[in-house]
Amino acid sequence: MSVDMRTYLAHVELINPITTAAGCASSGKELAQFFDLNRIGALATHSITMAPRAGRPTPRVAETPSGMLNAIGLQGPGIEAFLERDLPWLSQRSVRTIVSIAGGTVNEYGTLARRLADAPGVTAVEVNLACPNIEDRGRVFARDGAASAEVISSVRALMRYDVPVVAKLSPDVADIVAIARACVDGGADALSMINTPLGMSIDTETLRPSLAAVTGGLSGPAVRPLAVRCVWQVHAALPGVPIIGVGGVLTGRDAFELVLAGACAVGVGTALFHDPYACLRVLRELEELLQARGFQRLADAVGLAHRPPGSVSRHRTDPAPGQGASNMEESPL
Amino acid sequence: METPVTPVQVTGTVLTTRRVEAYHALTVVAPGIAERFRPGHFVAVAVGGPQTSMLTRRAFSVHDVKPDYGGTVEFVFTVRGPGTSWLAGRRARDTLDLVGPLGRPFPLPRDPVSCLLVGGEYGSATLFGLADALQQRDCRVDFLLGGASEDRVFGALRARRMGVTTTLTTEDGSLGLRGTVTDALPGVITDTRADVVYACGPMDMLRGVTAVSVEFDIPVQVAVEEAMACGFGMCMTCVLPVIGDDGVTRMVRACVEGPVFRGERVRFDDVGTIPFDALGAPGAPGHSGARHVS
Ligand SMILES: Cc1cc2nc3c(=O)[nH]c(=O)nc-3n(C[C@H](O)[C@H](O)[C@H](O)COP(=O)(O)OP(=O)(O)OC[C@H]3O[C@@H](n4cnc5c(N)ncnc54)[C@H](O)[C@@H]3O)c2cc1C
Ligand SMILES: Cc1cc2nc3c(=O)[nH]c(=O)nc-3n(C[C@H](O)[C@H](O)[C@H](O)COP(=O)(O)O)c2cc1C
Ligand code: FES
Repeated sequence: MSVDMRTYLAHVELINPITTAAGCASSGKELAQFFDLNRIGALATHSITMAPRAGRPTPRVAETPSGMLNAIGLQGPGIEAFLERDLPWLSQRSVRTIVSIAGGTVNEYGTLARRLADAPGVTAVEVNLACPNIEDRGRVFARDGAASAEVISSVRALMRYDVPVVAKLSPDVADIVAIARACVDGGADALSMINTPLGMSIDTETLRPSLAAVTGGLSGPAVRPLAVRCVWQVHAALPGVPIIGVGGVLTGRDAFELVLAGACAVGVGTALFHDPYACLRVLRELEELLQARGFQRLADAVGLAHRPPGSVSRHRTDPAPGQGASNMEESPL
Repeated sequence: METPVTPVQVTGTVLTTRRVEAYHALTVVAPGIAERFRPGHFVAVAVGGPQTSMLTRRAFSVHDVKPDYGGTVEFVFTVRGPGTSWLAGRRARDTLDLVGPLGRPFPLPRDPVSCLLVGGEYGSATLFGLADALQQRDCRVDFLLGGASEDRVFGALRARRMGVTTTLTTEDGSLGLRGTVTDALPGVITDTRADVVYACGPMDMLRGVTAVSVEFDIPVQVAVEEAMACGFGMCMTCVLPVIGDDGVTRMVRACVEGPVFRGERVRFDDVGTIPFDALGAPGAPGHSGARHVS
């Protein structure tokens, strides 16, 4: 028996939980050389900005143990070129597409949402909040609950009602739950976490920082425990909110770990650079793991690690996960 | 323009390993890559084995393809860091994970012109497949190869066999002319009456070779080397400033739009920066305020 791998981002159904992570599969064309993008749950684009952006100077990457630092600086052609060229390419192929957007002001995010609102082929909008707020001395939106909420509610108000708005959170914050709650209160239909925490490495040959931008975002398996922790904490506080778990997923086991922590979808990023087939392999391995553990539906495994010890085997018979011991007491048993 | 080739991922068996002067060479059975190969293509190699902590692929020019065992690919490399030192430890019958062929290959002239192939260090490796293709089109082929010292000049023997003339340079004078290929280039262009220059090697060399070729007013195609993480166009790490047909400078990916570029289009002096007039440069008109913390 195969496992029912369908999942939902708010009311939008994905055929399976595996997506690319924003910025790790460009706009899909390159990855499509390797496999049919319709086979994954969704493709997340790199973050789209209003104007074209040249990004940061090179070197832009430094490999680190089980990970890498990157400082790409959101290089991209801007929203007009994206709408003219990249989005139609995806929608002609019916690829479920999560469009990631990035801005420097609340207004810029809103303008992006307005431009996307009547574009065909947008499955969901993911708001990359890891951007400095020009109007607040460069303070990063993702580190400020109120600013994040303002961005999300502006995007939510301008986006078509049937397109879910996903808030992408950064782990470099004192209280991820507070930021998550602010985003949900601002209208986020789902959350995605984690974006890259800030790191740095120094080249001991040149005696200089390895990256031209000095600091960069850390990704890959090195950050997976951080992602698991963030998903766990947010799912515990907001169990009804769909979470796309992202961070260091290389295998189906890693994806399963995020699912058990509370993610209903899983993004694969850095692993794609190592293995262009990573999404398909992770999907197959996750399905095999679920099957081996006796699950009939992916949905039954979401957040399962939150159950008290000893209650875990109940998922096989209990069609409504989330019911706790108190319901048992009310039952005729 | 050539039609782009679709890359494939291949887990291939190492057929042979050998040392060539200061370099290592690995031949891998990789039929899907060998059959699609065009001169100038490169492969991206996963390093460190199944449990590796090194997640980014390493790029290497394809030195040779042969029809044996359905198709083999050979690349030549120098040990630089942990990835290449792991590769140096591979033995026959080990497996290797390759993605390729990657990149835009060398464009070939339509007419039988005189071609000068200039290589620095292991950069020469990519030139022999090119020489083959050029000779099949009845082009005249000459070589100018250099390196820091005798053992770092790659392919001198093969060049002598293939080229009408072969000029060698070393910085320490241990082989051929003392100096760099750039120093020797004006004389060689004159002697061989080169119509076209093809070059692969370190960025400084490519800058020099381009400057000389421009002075002689002959076209120059260069294969650049930029730090890469994926090799197939998804990570945006490998960019350099290149002037497009429309005169606009863009930060383009060396792995997809390159590694071969027309030399005079590459802004060598600005590599490692974002030129202020590049499309989307900070401060440029209409530049988006959005930044990313990383
Ligand atoms: C198109 C292309 C063709 C190349 N062909 C050859 C070749 O034929 N023979 C050869 O010896 N080398 C070649 N190189 C360079 C080769 O990729 C690097 O020497 C190698 O990646 C270093 O890996 P490492 O682990 O030993 O070193 P490290 O310095 O530890 O590498 C760490 C990281 O930096 C990246 N990196 C570091 N230096 C380079 C570089 N110069 N170019 C690209 N990525 C780099 C690696 O991919 C890796 O992600 C080529 C590079 C490119 C882009
Ligand atoms: C090269 C690179 C580019 C990225 N670009 C973006 C981006 O444009 N927008 C975004 O929200 N996240 C971006 N990210 C973050 C990833 O989407 C992801 O959150 C993070 O890398 C952790 O997942 P991973 O370990 O699977 O890569 C980028 C990551 C990398 C490595
Ligand atoms: S190496 Fe990844 S885009 Fe060029």
